[in-house]
Amino acid sequence: MNGTQWAFLGVYFLLALIFPALPIVIAHFLGPRRPNPIKDDVYECGLKTYGSPWVPIKVQYYLFALVFLIFDVELVFLYPWAVAYDMLPMFAVFEGILFILMLGAALVYAWKREALDWYEPTMPEFRS
Amino acid sequence: MTVPVTWQDVAALLPEFFLVVWASALLLLDVFWIREKRTTAWLSALGFVVALVLAVGQMGRAPLLAFRGMVIADAFSVFLVALFALSGLVGILLAQDYLARNGIERGEFYVLLMFSVVGMMLMARVADLVMIFLALELFSLPLYVMTGFARPRADSEEAALKYFLLGAFASGFMAFGIALVYGATSTTSLPHMVDVIQAGEADLALLTAGAALVLTGLGFKIATVPFHMWTPDVYHGAPSPVSGFMAATAKMAGFAALLRLFVLVFPVVADLTPVLWALAALSMVLGNVAAIAQRNIKRLLAYSSIAHAGYMLSAAVAFADPHLGPQAVAAILFYLVAYVLATFGAWGVVILLERRIGQEGLLLEDYAGLSRQYPGLAAAMAVFMLSFIGVPPTLGFFGKFYLFRVVLDAGFVGLALIGVLTSLVSAYYYLRVVMLMYMKPGEPIVRREPRVQATVLAAAALTLFLGLTAASSLYAWATEAILRFG
Repeated sequence: MNGTQWAFLGVYFLLALIFPALPIVIAHFLGPRRPNPIKDDVYECGLKTYGSPWVPIKVQYYLFALVFLIFDVELVFLYPWAVAYDMLPMFAVFEGILFILMLGAALVYAWKREALDWYEPTMPEFRS
Repeated sequence: MTVPVTWQDVAALLPEFFLVVWASALLLLDVFWIREKRTTAWLSALGFVVALVLAVGQMGRAPLLAFRGMVIADAFSVFLVALFALSGLVGILLAQDYLARNGIERGEFYVLLMFSVVGMMLMARVADLVMIFLALELFSLPLYVMTGFARPRADSEEAALKYFLLGAFASGFMAFGIALVYGATSTTSLPHMVDVIQAGEADLALLTAGAALVLTGLGFKIATVPFHMWTPDVYHGAPSPVSGFMAATAKMAGFAALLRLFVLVFPVVADLTPVLWALAALSMVLGNVAAIAQRNIKRLLAYSSIAHAGYMLSAAVAFADPHLGPQAVAAILFYLVAYVLATFGAWGVVILLERRIGQEGLLLEDYAGLSRQYPGLAAAMAVFMLSFIGVPPTLGFFGKFYLFRVVLDAGFVGLALIGVLTSLVSAYYYLRVVMLMYMKPGEPIVRREPRVQATVLAAAALTLFLGLTAASSLYAWATEAILRFG
């Protein structure tokens, strides 16, 4: 990169700073100010939180999320592979198949280890 | 554009391919058919034996870039791949009884260990920046899980979390460094990068910054001083066989990639020489001084491993010198062999004396009187301690001899002096273990576990025997394991 391009980058950063700052500054001078407690509150979407958010979450959610993540990422890899399938050399086809087989093995493993079963918490009185 | 991938490429990575297939099959076999976890252990040990044979079969072949220049099978990588296969085998021999007696033997342990070893093997084979990152993650992720294998014990979980968070942080440095190096040279292929640098088309400032960040990332893995904070806690909290395995092999893997990058690709960033100098000196001083204050053997060995990373790094300081580069590689490989033997042996003794996981039997005082009741075991531990100090005729002496020779040849007299002086300091805490074993009365309780005992005795015998008879031929062998790209 030569000097002019760096200068462009510098001007860009400057503009990027000024552009959002300007309306705030203008609003500060022009806007009428009639504060009340609701306006002064921290801005937040949705409902106010109810109780403490630090409650234990069932560990099964994490297990589900992990298994989901594997196949989510698989999709990202397999989509371009599937789209270009008829143009690929044999090696790429084998590579894709190998990839699916490996993930299949992982799925079978997770299945056998009962990662895909959802256990409802049983009430103590129902336990035999 | 596309070079066809042939069986030749597969042949170049045969040990890795075999281990991946074997480990995947074992994972499924373990959940479906195998009732005794012992069977899984033996099958994975068998896998490592086969991988070792395959790696030895690769020796003496011409260097070969495979998979479109992603990996390389040269003498250096074959040397290390064979060493990794052997380490995996030893790791399983050390782990099996320990896991069983502590009630944490699960088949996944052996599978994770195999995947981790595959990642380490690939670290020795890298010929592309992307491959370095992939191999690094492949060997680190199973290690994080294995560290937390003693769950729900809090210290094991804490160690796993610490290791994971700092490891992920280090991976971030690594990725950023790789991005900068790519930005400086506009290629991720290492052989191509050498051409770009020699043609003078690389942006040197950017390359230096990138190399420094890569060094940071690898520094975490090999535990050199400013990046060592996790080491004592993780080695302490992890199940002992995992700590021993990590101390020996993760360091080897880190050095494999570090040497390939710095000796082959980055000699041009000689600006980093003082940085490496400082890292090596700090590791030697802090590792050895902090080890003096330790009363727990696992923490002592952790600090000692930091110090040894410093010794090895002190030879790598000569990376920018085209004549000394190969010599430094040979010296570090030799030192790694000596270090790995003594480390596995010493951790094996720790495993035998640890009564319950993470509890009694880990303090230095628990070693008192060992020589009275178990003379063989005490003698073996003494050999490992002497090898760590570098007392002749153990292998550790020759390791330090070759290392310091490279450092002196490169003209870093100060660094060599620091190395020798800190070795003297280290004699204090290593000899304290020997002194306790031989001169203090005590009633140590030792497990009767033939596999671990055999491993310890074999490691001690090799440390002594190789030191007495074969040090120079081993060094000659390490010298042949030069780094090549074609």
